[in-house]
Amino acid sequence: MAQVTLRKVVKAYEGGVQAVKGIDLDIADHEFVVLVGPSGCGKSTTLRMIAGLEEISDGEISIGGRLVNDVPPRDRDIAMVFQNYALYPHMTVFDNMAFGLMLRKFPKEEIKRRVENAARILDITPLLQRKPKALSGGQRQRVAMGRAIVRDPKVFLFDEPLSNLDAKLRVQMRTEIKKVHQTVRTTTIYVTHDQVEAMTLADRVVVMHGGVIEQVGPPQELYHNPKTRFVAGFIGSPAMNFIPARLENGAGALRVHLPGDIVLPVPAERTARYSALAGKEILFGIRPEHLTEAKNLERPNVAQMLATPEVTEPMGMETLVHFKMAGAEICGRVDPTAPAAPGQPLPMAVDLNHMHVLEPQSGRVL
Amino acid sequence: MSDATLSAVPRPHEAAPRSALQRIARRNSTIAFLLTLPLILLILGLVVYPFLYAIYLSMLNRRMTRFIGIENFTFLLSRETFWDVVFQSVLFAVSAVLLKALIGFILAHVLHALPAKGQRKWRGMLLVPWVIPPAISTLAWWWLFDPSYSAFNWALAGIGADPVPWLGATGWARFSVILVNVWYGSPFFMIMYLAALKSVPDQLYEAASIDGANGWQKLRHVTFPMMRNIISITVLFSLIVTFANFDIVRILTNGGPQDSTHVFATYAFQVGIQSGDIPLGASVSLFMFPLLAVFAVFTLRGVNKRTKEMA
Amino acid sequence: MSTTTAGGFVPAEMKHGSLRRERRWAMIGAYVALAVFVVFFMTPPFHMLVTSLKGSAEIADLSGNPWLVSAPTLQNYWELLTQGNYLLHFRNSIIVTTCTVLISMVVSTLAAFALARMKFWGSATLATGVFLTYLVPETLLFIPMFQIVGSLGLYNNMWAMVLIFPTLTVPFCTWIMIGYFASIPKELDEAALIDGAGHLQMLWKIFIPVALPGILAAMIFAFTVSWAAFIYPIAFLVSSDQMVLTVGIVSDLIRADTFQWGKIMAGALMAALPPLLVYAFLMDYYIAGLTAGATKG
Repeated sequence: MAQVTLRKVVKAYEGGVQAVKGIDLDIADHEFVVLVGPSGCGKSTTLRMIAGLEEISDGEISIGGRLVNDVPPRDRDIAMVFQNYALYPHMTVFDNMAFGLMLRKFPKEEIKRRVENAARILDITPLLQRKPKALSGGQRQRVAMGRAIVRDPKVFLFDEPLSNLDAKLRVQMRTEIKKVHQTVRTTTIYVTHDQVEAMTLADRVVVMHGGVIEQVGPPQELYHNPKTRFVAGFIGSPAMNFIPARLENGAGALRVHLPGDIVLPVPAERTARYSALAGKEILFGIRPEHLTEAKNLERPNVAQMLATPEVTEPMGMETLVHFKMAGAEICGRVDPTAPAAPGQPLPMAVDLNHMHVLEPQSGRVL
Repeated sequence: MSDATLSAVPRPHEAAPRSALQRIARRNSTIAFLLTLPLILLILGLVVYPFLYAIYLSMLNRRMTRFIGIENFTFLLSRETFWDVVFQSVLFAVSAVLLKALIGFILAHVLHALPAKGQRKWRGMLLVPWVIPPAISTLAWWWLFDPSYSAFNWALAGIGADPVPWLGATGWARFSVILVNVWYGSPFFMIMYLAALKSVPDQLYEAASIDGANGWQKLRHVTFPMMRNIISITVLFSLIVTFANFDIVRILTNGGPQDSTHVFATYAFQVGIQSGDIPLGASVSLFMFPLLAVFAVFTLRGVNKRTKEMA
Repeated sequence: MSTTTAGGFVPAEMKHGSLRRERRWAMIGAYVALAVFVVFFMTPPFHMLVTSLKGSAEIADLSGNPWLVSAPTLQNYWELLTQGNYLLHFRNSIIVTTCTVLISMVVSTLAAFALARMKFWGSATLATGVFLTYLVPETLLFIPMFQIVGSLGLYNNMWAMVLIFPTLTVPFCTWIMIGYFASIPKELDEAALIDGAGHLQMLWKIFIPVALPGILAAMIFAFTVSWAAFIYPIAFLVSSDQMVLTVGIVSDLIRADTFQWGKIMAGALMAALPPLLVYAFLMDYYIAGLTAGATKG
């Protein structure tokens, strides 16, 4: 078991295109870290550099305190689960799992013990003599994980392992992966483009964008205190609303002036934080769940506004209402019993305890 | 546990410190070079070298004692027999390939229309001429064309027709060698076209049906465009092989009667090996090269295009 | 012929009554066309078989029906297998073909692995070169080869065939193996790499087993080509004890003007048997190898 350290890691391709632009990351022993971001953000490249499948153009990667830049994958003591499982089609499930141990010349009984143990953890003991072709997607996924577990490596690497499964199975396997990690406690680096997967699995989430790390932190922290506009917009579904606004000083307090002459008071405890921006253009960020039908108006820092939905989407436990504000698409989440209908003005509550203020140019969240 | 795993892989040369990844890359290409070395040696030693050697040989005199430049080539161009060979080779290749392509196309379509179960059985029988080595099956044809015992002539006599001099008269002999080549090669076209037909998605035909296309229109606008590449590859490939054919002519007529059925390969064999004029024989075969090179380049282009389309 | 071509394309949206009749006629046309071609294609092998079962007197009898046997006998086969060099030729063919297949498979598998998976300087050129080499017919090179074989002291030696036949098989085998190897997902080698496999282990434990159908197709191709090769044996082998089947049958059974047609046909039939058997039992691989040239795997 080991920690993984990345120092100024760069991946540059011929022609100067940089897929990864110098990232630093410290992953602690036993930790479950998820790299998340849109496709092309460099998350898979980073993982493949840790695995040794891609050369590191610059910087250093060490696993368990040992510099591995020039160490071939087989000697890095890692195991990897691939998106397409990459099971050897001509071998049985047992042989697939045993292959890595066999190549490392483990004694037969030890191989058998480990494979059977992993099969028990993953609940695939009855499948051991089958060929991959005879397995379902979820079963193949388990075998691929089994192949990683038997090796008992320092680090598990997962490269979008659930993206080929259907939605229901994905949720089930997600739980499975979490359980396995709680059992074996191996340091795990997991790559996905699905922020829900990232939130549910990770001890810490690493949000990547354009080859750099936007923010690292536990899921809740990323959700409540995003540091950049990208993270604020990427984490959470439906995404956070961004409304162009102005901060004004008035009546002894800061106020947010939204388009359409809507004025919302900034909570008193945040006045100091935002006062420097008084009189400036800002982006006002608010998550849909803090933009609800008019309720809790007696609580502090909950303000009321009027909106006219263009589209309503009943989801069952809630209804999403979409309306426009100075060209920006705004989404709110209201109770299904609320009288939300397209074209009907609807009084709504804005929970300013959860507001965010962003600098429009830098995208920095204050 | 990780320690145990580590110690289980004692690889001293791996443990040696390495300065840069370039070294791995270099090592990779060294391995790749070693793996391809036998192939490279084979191509250089047994294809490229003989070819260059053929050019050298073709410029020597008969007893290979003197360098005579392009005299062998000019000598051949002045000979009527050589022009007969050129004519017969072109006639042989073009007519045989056209017939093979036509028969193959028809058979592939008929087979494709059959229910899947029967298809296999028929396909199995129709491919038999291609499976028997031509040097062996041509013996059977030779016997069928025998001047006195021809089983075809026996059958013709049965319907009151005169016996045919299959291999004895120029016209008939040319017909016979083409017939045998068509017999041997049609199954190859059939199987290539059948593979191409099977690769056309059914949905395209269904879409065409809904758009109101009739059978001919589907052939013209769906099947043909989808198969065009395979057809051209197969035709070009077959032109090369047929143009350079040796076995059939050699066994059936050995060039006769009066050198009227000689193709390049059999003529080169007769001149070079049988009459012992190696340089002249080499010149005869080299005359094939320009035409073959053109066919080969076009075949390669077709294959590359198809590879891209399939990707 | 026109009815049969139309047979493949029965429009599905014809009027009810005529649809079934149309289809039935198209099917009948298809079967008639097939039958005609099967007769055409099977005539030589059939006649071969009939003749091989006749005694020499029956063959020589011009009044008899050449398409039928009146007194079938296995004498031709018996004489071939007990007298003369036929068995020797068969053995030589087997030796030459086995060696050729082995050499071809080793050379082409190693090269195809490198060409499919390791990008190195000149690899693309080499792959193209392999295909072009495949298109070089042996009739272009047999005369210089005659000189080369002579200078190596291998004239009239069947081992010269083992040296030369790989030129006929290796390029195509390599070409189709590149296709098969390239179709193996790249993640599979990465998994093997992480599992700790070296290059040769990866080839031996992963690529060869996974691409086994392709290997089989290439092997069948090498076998048929080497078994059927004709121009090199006829140019380089002159004494009967060195000959392979394709040349041996004719050279031994035709003395001046006496053609022992019964024995020639029996010998030809037996010589055609190995490829026919391979074809009968491994038809799908045979066809895969055949069509791979144009589709690259």
